[in-house]
Amino acid sequence: MGSIEKEALYLGIDVGSVSTNLVTVDSDGQITAKHYRRTGGRPIQSLIDGLKIIAEQCGDAPIKGVGVTGSGRELAAVIAGADVIKNEITAHAVAAQAVVPGVRTILEIGGQDSKIILLKDGVVYDFAMNTVCAAGTGSFLDRQAARLGIPIEEFGDMALRSVTPVRIAGRCAVFAESDMIHKQQSGHSIEDIVNGLCEALVRNYLNNLAKGKEIHGPVVFQGGVAANKGIAAAFEKALGMKLTIPREYDVMGAFGAALIARRKIMNDKNSVTKFNGFDAANRIYETRSFECSGCPGLCEVVELRTDGRVQARWGDRCGKWSSFAARPELSPV
Amino acid sequence: MKVTFPHLGNTYICVKSILDDIGIDYVIPPFNNKRALELGTRYSPEMVCLPLKINIGNYIQAYEMGADTILMAGGCGPCRFGYYSQLHMEILKDAGFNMEVITLEGTDIMDLLSRIRSVVPGASELMKLPSVLLRAVEIAKRSDEIEMLAFRTRARESERGATDRIYNGFREKALRTAGTKNILKLLDETEAMLKSVHLDPDADPLKVGIVGEIYTGIEHFASFDIQHRLGRLGVEVDRKVTVSNWIIEHMLKKPLHLPRDMAFAEAAKPWLGAMIGGHAQETVGNAAIYAKSGYDGVIQIFPFSCMPEIVAESLLPSVERDLDIPVLTLIIDEMTGEAGYMTRIEAFIDMLEGRRENLERRKAHGMRKGKKAHDNIHA
Repeated sequence: MGSIEKEALYLGIDVGSVSTNLVTVDSDGQITAKHYRRTGGRPIQSLIDGLKIIAEQCGDAPIKGVGVTGSGRELAAVIAGADVIKNEITAHAVAAQAVVPGVRTILEIGGQDSKIILLKDGVVYDFAMNTVCAAGTGSFLDRQAARLGIPIEEFGDMALRSVTPVRIAGRCAVFAESDMIHKQQSGHSIEDIVNGLCEALVRNYLNNLAKGKEIHGPVVFQGGVAANKGIAAAFEKALGMKLTIPREYDVMGAFGAALIARRKIMNDKNSVTKFNGFDAANRIYETRSFECSGCPGLCEVVELRTDGRVQARWGDRCGKWSSFAARPELSPV
Repeated sequence: MKVTFPHLGNTYICVKSILDDIGIDYVIPPFNNKRALELGTRYSPEMVCLPLKINIGNYIQAYEMGADTILMAGGCGPCRFGYYSQLHMEILKDAGFNMEVITLEGTDIMDLLSRIRSVVPGASELMKLPSVLLRAVEIAKRSDEIEMLAFRTRARESERGATDRIYNGFREKALRTAGTKNILKLLDETEAMLKSVHLDPDADPLKVGIVGEIYTGIEHFASFDIQHRLGRLGVEVDRKVTVSNWIIEHMLKKPLHLPRDMAFAEAAKPWLGAMIGGHAQETVGNAAIYAKSGYDGVIQIFPFSCMPEIVAESLLPSVERDLDIPVLTLIIDEMTGEAGYMTRIEAFIDMLEGRRENLERRKAHGMRKGKKAHDNIHA
C-alpha cells in the first residue's frame, strides 16, 4: 500500500517586460498552479521570487519539463533550466488553442508589445507584432492611469461608465497623452476621456497590426490588458464580434510554454528534464555585459554567473561566447 | 593616393583583387560594425536610407586608416542609390574629411574611362585591366556561389558551426590574399572545403527565399545576420539578388544591349507589370518564383523609407494570397531593436513548420482515403 505518488507537472515561465508569470500543468494539460507578478525591471529577482511561490503551490510534485518564453526567455532558460525556449507568438497561440479549440483570431496585448495571430485549420497562418510604437500596450495604460491617479484595476470600469464619446488621437503615445490633457483641460469628464483612450488604442491596434487582415471568429483576447473591460468593450464594438477572454488571460504565455514543454517531453519517452530544481531560487546570480573585440562586429555579450561561476553567455552573433555552454537542445526553434 | 571603397557583402574580395593586380595602394575599412553605423548616423541626414549611413561610416573608418580617395559605384540610379556618391561627396566635405570620391558609372563611357585613368598608375597597368576585370567578374560570381553553397550546408551540417568556421575563415583569408589569381585559388579551396562538410542525410530543412532591397539583403550586418541565423536554426535560405548578378545583368549586359535574365519580370507580371525603381520588380517576381518552386516561405528585407520596396511590400499580400506562400516583411534602420525581430523570425519558422506538418498530414490522409476507395472497388 505505498503512498500515492504525486503526479508529475510541467512548468511554464514567461518573463515579460511588465510581468513575470509561472504556470504548472498536469499531464492532461490542466493548470494546477499559476502566479503573476510584476517584473519591476528586475527579471532575475522576479523570476527567483516567482519560483519560490510556485514551489510552495506545487508541494513535492516532481517537475518533468520546463518551457520558457517572453523577452527574458534566454535568462529564464539558464536560471531555471529549460527543455524548450519558445517565442511569445507561438506560446500564446498554443495556449489559446487549448482554451478555445478552433480559435481563428488571437488579440494579445502585453506590457510592451501587442500581437495579432491568425489561425486556420489549427495552424498559425499569419501574425503581426507592433514595430514602432508601444501606444496601447500595458505600460502606456499604466502610465496614463498613474497620471490620472486611478488604480489600473479600475481603469476599465471607469471607461464603461462613459456617456459621451470623446475622440482621442491614438496614433502615437506621446500625442495621445497630449490630446488627453487637452480634452481634460477643456472640461470633459474623466470617464469619457478614459473611454476615448480605450477606443483610440483599439483603433490604433486595428489600423496598424490588423491592417489588411480578415478577422474571423472565434476571437480570443488575452495578455495583461485583457483585464481592462474598457478595451475589451471597445474591441467588441469595433469588430462587431464577441470576444472570449480566457480565465487565465494574464498568464497565457506561461501556460503555452508549459504545454509546449509537456508535448516535447511526452513525445520523447527517454528525455530527462533540464530543470535545475526549485533550489535554483536560492542561488546568487550576477550578470555583466561586455563588448567583444574579436571582430569589428563588436557584439554586446552578456554573462551570467551563478554563485560566482560563469554559467552562460549570450548576445554574440558568431557563437564564440555562447557556444562554450552550447546546448543544442536549447536552440530557439 | 590611397584608395578605399564601401563594403557590400563579399564585394571587397573582388575589388581588392583588382586593385592588387593593377598595383593601386588601398585600405579596406573594417567589416561593417556598430561604430561604422554610429559614425554614419552622426554625419548623414536622418531620413536617408540605412545603406548610405553605413557607407559614410566605412569611409570615415578608412580615412582613419589613411585613405584619401573613394571608389564608389553610381549610375542614373533607379532609386536614391543613383545620387549616393553625390551625397557622399557633400557629407564628407561638410564634415571636414578631405576625401575625393570617384564615381564609376557607365552613363558616359568616355567620362568613365578618364576617371579610371585618373586612378590607374600607368599605361602598362591600363593594358592589363581588361583581363583583370574578366577574372574579377569570375571572382564576383564564384564568391556568390560560395555564399549560396554555405546557405545550403549550414542548414544541413551534422556538426554545428562547421560551415561558419569555413565561411568566416574564407572572408578573413581573402583579406590577406593578393591578386585575382590567388583569390581564384582561395575560392577553389573554400568550395572544396564546403563540399566536404558532413551533412545530415536525413535533413529536410525548411526553405525560405530572401527578397527585398539589395544592400540589406547582401550585407549581413545590416540585417542582423538573419540569413546566417536562419541557417543555424536549420533553415535553408536562398537569395537571387546578388552582387555578381547585378554586375552581369546591370553593368555588363544592359549597356551592351545583351539579352538579360528577365524571369523575375515575367513572374511579377500578374501583380507588377513594370519596373518601378530599385528592386521592387525583383522582389515581387522572385517571391512568386519561390512560391512556385516549393519554398516554405519568403522574407522581405529592406531599409526604412526605401520607396520601391514599400510598393513591393503592399503587393506581397496579394502574392501571399494568390500563391499561398507566407511572407514576412522586416524593415530595418539604425533604431531597430534586434530582439523583436528574432521573436518574429522564430515565430515565422514555427508557423512554416506547422504549415508543412499540416500539409503532410492532409496529404497522408488524402492517400489513405484514396486507398480505401481503391480497396472498396476491388472488394
